[in-house]
Amino acid sequence: MARDDKPEAEGRVFKIVGTRPIRPDGIDKVTGRARFGADMSAPGMLVGLVLRSPHAHARIRGIGTARAEALTGVKAVITRADFALDSGDIDDDDLRDILHNVMAHDKALYDGHAVAAVAAVSAPVARRALALIEVDYEVLPHVIDVDEAMKPDAPVLHQGRSDETVPAGMSANVMHRFEFGHGDVEAGFAEADVVIERSFRTAATHQGYIEPHACLASMGPDGQADLWCCTQGHYMVRNTCAGLLGLDASQLKVTASEIGGGFGGKTTVFLEPVALALARKSGRPVKMVMSRDEVLRASGPTSSTSIDVKIGMKRDGAITAGWAELRYQGGAFPGSPVQFGAMSCFAAYDLKNVQAIGWDVVANRPKQAAYRAPGAPMGAYAVESVVDELCEKLGLDRLEVRLKNASRDGTKAAYGPRFGRIGLTATLEAAKAHPHYTAPLGPNQGRGVACGFWFNFGGDTCVTLNVNADGTVGLSEGNPDIGGSRAAMTMMAAEELGIPYERVRTTIADTSALGQNEVTDGSRVTFAVGLATIKAARAAITVMCARAAKIWGIDEDAVVWEDGHAKPAGPNAGQFPPMSLAEIAALYANTGGPIAGHHEVTAEGAGVSFATHLVDAEVDPETGAVTILRYTVFQDAGKAVHPAYVEGQFQGGAVQGIGWALNEEYIYGADGRLQNPGFLDYRIPVASDLPMIDTVIIEVANPGHPYGVRGVGETSIVPPLAAVANAVSAAAGVRLTQLPMSPPKVLAAIDAARG
Amino acid sequence: MVRVAIWGSLRAATGGRAEVEVEAGNLRELLDRLAEAHPGIRPQIDRGVSVVIDGLVYNDSWFTPVRPDSEVVLLPRIVGG
Amino acid sequence: MTQIHVSTTINGDAVEFLCEAQETLLDVLRDRLGLTGAKEGCGTGDCGACSVTLDKRLVCSCLVLGAEVEGREITTIEGMADGEILHPLQQKFLEHAALQCGICTPGILVAAKALLEKNPDPTETETRYWLAGNLCRCTGYDKIIRAVMDAAEQMRGA
Ligand code: FES
Ligand code: FES
Repeated sequence: MARDDKPEAEGRVFKIVGTRPIRPDGIDKVTGRARFGADMSAPGMLVGLVLRSPHAHARIRGIGTARAEALTGVKAVITRADFALDSGDIDDDDLRDILHNVMAHDKALYDGHAVAAVAAVSAPVARRALALIEVDYEVLPHVIDVDEAMKPDAPVLHQGRSDETVPAGMSANVMHRFEFGHGDVEAGFAEADVVIERSFRTAATHQGYIEPHACLASMGPDGQADLWCCTQGHYMVRNTCAGLLGLDASQLKVTASEIGGGFGGKTTVFLEPVALALARKSGRPVKMVMSRDEVLRASGPTSSTSIDVKIGMKRDGAITAGWAELRYQGGAFPGSPVQFGAMSCFAAYDLKNVQAIGWDVVANRPKQAAYRAPGAPMGAYAVESVVDELCEKLGLDRLEVRLKNASRDGTKAAYGPRFGRIGLTATLEAAKAHPHYTAPLGPNQGRGVACGFWFNFGGDTCVTLNVNADGTVGLSEGNPDIGGSRAAMTMMAAEELGIPYERVRTTIADTSALGQNEVTDGSRVTFAVGLATIKAARAAITVMCARAAKIWGIDEDAVVWEDGHAKPAGPNAGQFPPMSLAEIAALYANTGGPIAGHHEVTAEGAGVSFATHLVDAEVDPETGAVTILRYTVFQDAGKAVHPAYVEGQFQGGAVQGIGWALNEEYIYGADGRLQNPGFLDYRIPVASDLPMIDTVIIEVANPGHPYGVRGVGETSIVPPLAAVANAVSAAAGVRLTQLPMSPPKVLAAIDAARG
Repeated sequence: MVRVAIWGSLRAATGGRAEVEVEAGNLRELLDRLAEAHPGIRPQIDRGVSVVIDGLVYNDSWFTPVRPDSEVVLLPRIVGG
Repeated sequence: MTQIHVSTTINGDAVEFLCEAQETLLDVLRDRLGLTGAKEGCGTGDCGACSVTLDKRLVCSCLVLGAEVEGREITTIEGMADGEILHPLQQKFLEHAALQCGICTPGILVAAKALLEKNPDPTETETRYWLAGNLCRCTGYDKIIRAVMDAAEQMRGA
């Protein structure tokens, strides 16, 4: 039975939610005052640098640090031996993999893998020290490509890590097999009038946040440590570093800096445990900042993939069956997001017969990190490309076919559950009605359509709200503000309390101030932290109503909160003039002490979110270069708290997707080294590559949130790979099946089609 | 009895069945009974699962009630970026 | 190591500092002078996060040596607002929500100001090409371009 309760928010008239106030951290960010990861310093601070493997795969026979240690100005040199815990002490596979990734153990597993680190009085001294560390490598054969890594004779990264789902006889690089679906796909294909099967490949891309990883660590001999870092989750950093260094969580205080982008890439640790280990050994604060080269070689990109899709359709556009097999390499450790690719790739369709199989594979590349809707864009790209080709072959309208087969409220999703209230058809109808869909196209131009889906997520959340004596409010939350979330929290607190936005100030608290907070991921913040903020405000309101009841000498239940005031509930409750929040706050000392509300929760009930994207592209038949001419995003936000930042999420996700579709890729040489570790050759979209990105916000309230909010940050990167590929294929007159669609590839496809 | 839908690759542990029945009043009991009745599922439960109960995703909340007529679907642990 | 003594002007103030020969202007600003508004996104001239002006010309401060600025005039993001009065570009960036994470914002504001000083009435295309050296990964540039065009219009009217 699908959840069918009416959203609490339905019919509610908002005063602040839905407006566009200026963000509270805005002035600091336009004046250069805001402090990001690399902007902090401490007295007596050292500079920490990491020595990285130049080999894609090598056994480490020994590391000589004596010469580096002897250099004047070097205060500490560490290798894996300096981490208190040996891997045998850690029984959590994930934590052990993080440790192996942060500092190599017996083998370097990719070009850029950390093998040692130094702390010295200056960067030049630290650089000289790195050159004096002697690592004895035995170079091993390596494997980069996902399909190569799955072959039985491929070089093996780890023996014995494959789990029980992997059939015997496969390469030891295959870690896990997933399968989802229902019905009988073979019977479904037999009913189809047309069946198309295609193979696709997508390159690994990087989140490309402009701020490199950075941190500043200090630790005293008593084990008390402080860490400042740019992260999507300082509570995660605290827990992970405490685990890796054998510290008590209470002794490690982590403060999140302002964060210069993350997109999933800052949901794990790289430098932080190393900086702490160097600080412990040297007894001095240690600052570490990655170079861009290090960010690209050694922090997590997303998976590269190889995907087969087969879909059957009747002449009237009804899809009879869908099948997909997805192979994702996740770098040197298990945990590629292939399950999310397999779960989500058919989510937009109500299918009787569907099967998706996913393979998690390791290869000699950096450990993948989450990237915005991890795993979903590639799966959607492959499925939406085949749906597009079927429409073309049968001469059917692309939006009509999607509407005919679309998932609706109560549809049994391909990944198992039934959907509750969802907004997919609303996005499709909006796209159909939009002038973009019927605008004329010129020669060499094509239009692409694609849908996308993401689950969204809730998780551990703590919020504390303090009512000050002057009637202002301080809100503490534990999630770094990656794109305007302080504004959204301030708005929701002000809305619920019934006071002006300017009276609330929201702070991102350090790890000693609040209980556990899940990282800023899964598009969870506006949903989960917003939920906790509203609940914390309601708790404070309960206190304030009780205070008013005392003052009036009436029952607590006889007081209601309306428009920022406590009021007697009705004529029977008594005749008292309403008391404002400020009036109640001013009397706090006389009525029972400080007034606060707090809420701690593992938020559940995140609502899934769908989007439909429309894009026009032009292909230059002489060079293969693609120009994006027009782009429109239609996405369900549930309720847009601050519409400008919702639009910003839509636009940013779309453009990252355009980069993934057209330019971005990890390029490896035959030696297994990354060939393009810089922004010149790893080219993300620039302003002159793009048109304006139009947005249409659809609001189908999420019943799981008091205001109807759904996460919006991730879904927007799911459709663009397919939408752009469909547009380019239409413009070029030939189906493209590999990303990125860089000019040489487009030209080769055009030439091949010409014969 | 609560009917629990199992995703494809776990069906090896349930003798190929896409749905199994367990006696459970809450999420914790549901996971415990599943692992007892189908030991092959235990490694995945240890690695992490999400459980969809009547359309809402739960990860850790042991005492979330499950009714005999609840629609329950087991999924790999859902995270994000 | 002998250090080089440099006298220069930053945001209108006379400033003296010592630096090593290989130190970039960006390092000097951030690590020696505490002006951390300019950011290092790449260190190779590819991202524009470190944008400042040197004798009114827009430069990547990661590509300029500290020792080169002797006797010259530098402006950074810290010098953009006039006391508590924001520059119209700063104000428009706030109104248009033209920043998400904000790491690119100082560089983009400095670059946009240099554009409007050269060309007070840029077209959208001119604005996009001028800012093509300033990477932003969060916004997709839409709101940035709108904010710059809007600020230009307001400044022309003023
Ligand atoms: S840091 Fe100077 S251009 Fe990137
Ligand atoms: S706002 Fe984050 S990089 Fe531009």
